[in-house]
Amino acid sequence: MRYLPHTEEDIREMLGAIGVSSLDQLFVPVPDQCKRQEPLNLPGPMNEWELKEHVGNLAGEMLGGSKIKSVFLGAGSYEHYIPEVIPYLLQRSEFVTSYTPYQPEVSQGTLQAIYEYQTLMTKLFGMEVSNASLYDGATALAEAVLMAFRVSKKNQVAVSKLVHPHYREVLKTYLKPTEYSIIEIPYGPDGRTDWEAIPKTHDIAAVAIQSPNFFGCIEDLEPFARIARDEKALLINCFTEPLAYGLIKDPGSQGADIACGEGQSFGIPRSYGGPGLGIFTTKMKYVRSMPGRLVGKTRDVKGKRGFVLTLATREQHIRREKATSNICTNNNLCALAATIYLASLGGSGLRKLAQINHDKSEYLKQALSEAGAVIAFTAPTFNEFVAKVDGLSRRYQRLLEKGLVAGLDLSPYYPELKGHYLFSVTETKSREDMDYLVKEIT
Amino acid sequence: MNTEKPGTSGLVLNEPLLWEKGRKGRVGFSFPLQDVPSQALDEEFTRDDLDLPDLSEVDVVRHYTRLSQWNFGVDSGMYPLGSCTMKYNPKLNESLAALEGFSEAHPLLLSDLSQGALRLMYELQGMLAEISGMDAVTLQPAAGAHGELTGMLLIHAYHKSKGQHRTKILIPDTAHGTNPASAALCGFTPVVIKSGEQGILRAESVAELMDEDTAGIMITNPNTLGLFEENIHEIAEIVHGMGGQVYCDGANMNAIMGVVDIGSMGVDVLHLNLHKTFSTPHGGGGPGSGPVCVKGHLEPFLPVPRILERDGRFELSDDFPHSIGRLHTFYGNFGVMIKAYCYILSMGAGGLKRASQLAVLNANYIKERLKDVLHLPFERPCMHECVFTDRYQRKYKVTTLDMAKRLIDYGYHPPTIYFPLVVNGAIMIEPTETESKEEIDGFIDCFKAVVKEAEENPDLLHQAPVSTRIGRLDEVEAARRPCLAG
Repeated sequence: MRYLPHTEEDIREMLGAIGVSSLDQLFVPVPDQCKRQEPLNLPGPMNEWELKEHVGNLAGEMLGGSKIKSVFLGAGSYEHYIPEVIPYLLQRSEFVTSYTPYQPEVSQGTLQAIYEYQTLMTKLFGMEVSNASLYDGATALAEAVLMAFRVSKKNQVAVSKLVHPHYREVLKTYLKPTEYSIIEIPYGPDGRTDWEAIPKTHDIAAVAIQSPNFFGCIEDLEPFARIARDEKALLINCFTEPLAYGLIKDPGSQGADIACGEGQSFGIPRSYGGPGLGIFTTKMKYVRSMPGRLVGKTRDVKGKRGFVLTLATREQHIRREKATSNICTNNNLCALAATIYLASLGGSGLRKLAQINHDKSEYLKQALSEAGAVIAFTAPTFNEFVAKVDGLSRRYQRLLEKGLVAGLDLSPYYPELKGHYLFSVTETKSREDMDYLVKEIT
Repeated sequence: MNTEKPGTSGLVLNEPLLWEKGRKGRVGFSFPLQDVPSQALDEEFTRDDLDLPDLSEVDVVRHYTRLSQWNFGVDSGMYPLGSCTMKYNPKLNESLAALEGFSEAHPLLLSDLSQGALRLMYELQGMLAEISGMDAVTLQPAAGAHGELTGMLLIHAYHKSKGQHRTKILIPDTAHGTNPASAALCGFTPVVIKSGEQGILRAESVAELMDEDTAGIMITNPNTLGLFEENIHEIAEIVHGMGGQVYCDGANMNAIMGVVDIGSMGVDVLHLNLHKTFSTPHGGGGPGSGPVCVKGHLEPFLPVPRILERDGRFELSDDFPHSIGRLHTFYGNFGVMIKAYCYILSMGAGGLKRASQLAVLNANYIKERLKDVLHLPFERPCMHECVFTDRYQRKYKVTTLDMAKRLIDYGYHPPTIYFPLVVNGAIMIEPTETESKEEIDGFIDCFKAVVKEAEENPDLLHQAPVSTRIGRLDEVEAARRPCLAG
């Protein structure tokens, strides 16, 4: 096996130095009743070329053997162009094959990159501190709510029904064994969260909304910030499409205490849903209650600037059961991808790309509307929107034959929205793609 | 003895922070054609400033290439970080995970359009069940600690289904810090069990603490001292006897593939780390993947969605009323799963067993060859890692940290230090099976040279590392006055 370097002679010499006669003898401490009686029953081994063919075939089965040309799905996972420099730089094996930067002198590359990531995140979301990243958007929201419980010492959270349904499910899973409970905030006819429905009981630890929300609508944070202030609760603003913040107002300036969500749009492939990037930012006054790794700036013995993991007293290897979270990694390579992506775009480029997403989405919205579809909600949107298209469920299969995945059927998530579809349009869709969709769908 | 250091100091370039370079108006991105009219967003929602640095593509490439050169990885050299299994990460698996069919797949595509991914995940579940000796597997947890949380949720749900509310969980003093933190998330109060004098748990200690208010035990086997918990069977019987469940942290699975049947050890729940045992890269801290394997009686509680197979076709189903629910936005870190799947198929049954045997061989060889110069707290055969201390060096005022830093000058990544906490000044070495005898001999010789320096010239160690771009960093200052963004 090409990954195993030992020759028979090496093994003999090493066994001799240890003073045992066979490899089996090394396992003397394992009691017989724990030992496996039969060899493992596994396929393989495959050589490099067999494996390439086998896995290539599996990949080839995706998208029905690539008859699909155009996918208008978003809902938490977005199709964006990924500049070639990102996979290229991410393949630098010094980044890929290193561990968590516990030895800072030989990990400055990772550490400075995380410090840059943390900085870009704070600027983008108008917050004061960002951690080094979490697993994904859903777990970032769950961690945000747990943090709000720690900070406020209250045990209810009000969560908008327009937070991604999967994020709400994950939150429910995290809270199931605890005494914490979730109050659902309904949505109004304009496709935004109905802030007037939040109970004013002073029992709420946090108000959690998503913007742009699951319907693609941009929430007005002002009333939520006001309520959170009055109720002495934290305002959590989560997101599934961070690119929106190239164009829309940052949550920090509108009173959010935590801005968190998914960063997949920033240079990370969809990869059937993972790995993603859990972004988590907050205010400095909460830093010691914050989950996740943090990198800080410092100096070395000669006064040279360098970076280290810091504030580890929040973390489980020191605090054990009193830690702010059980998370002991970040999704480092994904955070690095996001950093390189944002560095490539820059402030001017991010703005421009966000505007293009908005423009294209508006184009499809209008074209569908003119063709007879009903745009379900009036609130402004970024690059996703909901439309009711008569008879689409009947025609969905036929559209697949024509190479189109025409949006996401919302009825499994919101039974009241029968016949409603969530459409996502990014910079990857040309006018031609959209015109074709409109022609075939209506 | 060959003490010629593999480490040397080459040309390493300085590089400022991202925002200390670049010019306003530069861009490193290729924009698509503006083929639709521009429509302004309502001003009420539009932000005015966006203060991110503007750079060209060349700026970006050079910046991150230089940064990468400040890192040490498995591809740079031996990385014997204990309990982390820093084995070689096959390059083939990276390319296969990047195949467009996978990387461009949207997670909400109908199952008809996702057969390749679903089949791969389904087969990987089967392989992990076979390797562990358990009955059913979920791939959803995104990391080891996420797997621990999943396991705790499963145990919580199991007791609840029996109408019980148990509040405590037993955790040995050698456990990873994530264990108590994960248990606490489920409302369990961790009760610490002291390991015995031989570095392993005594069944009597478990019997003393186990009661009907205790949900179970979280045990790491092989444990973090690199020792096999020989009494595991008896311990499991005690825990089961009181209606508890046995959770096994499988972080150290690399020692026992094809040798040990975890199922027959009496374990009910196990998490694996694909980024340790199954060769997927650590990426400087993630993404990882932490599948959870269970015995049949816990299967109904596994997270949803689950993959069903019907006549060779695969689909996702949420229809499991006893499930603990969802744990990840979608199905876990699929990109990481592909690499582990490829690894298992490349190795086959024989290759995996051989890998574990050689990992244990390498660790025992290091233990034998270094025990004359480093204090070995537990003199007994180890599994895939061995733990020393700095006891012999303290008289020269040299600590574990000093030796670790000096090893960097010799061209090696240091071992894990000061863990497990039960060993004072621990030096935990896990070579893995992918290091050859020459590499290991080189490491041993250099470690011996460091020990010699400790006796003759301890200051050399206090100042180490000296061949890196920067020296030891002021961590106290970093924590006292946190500067977390520029």
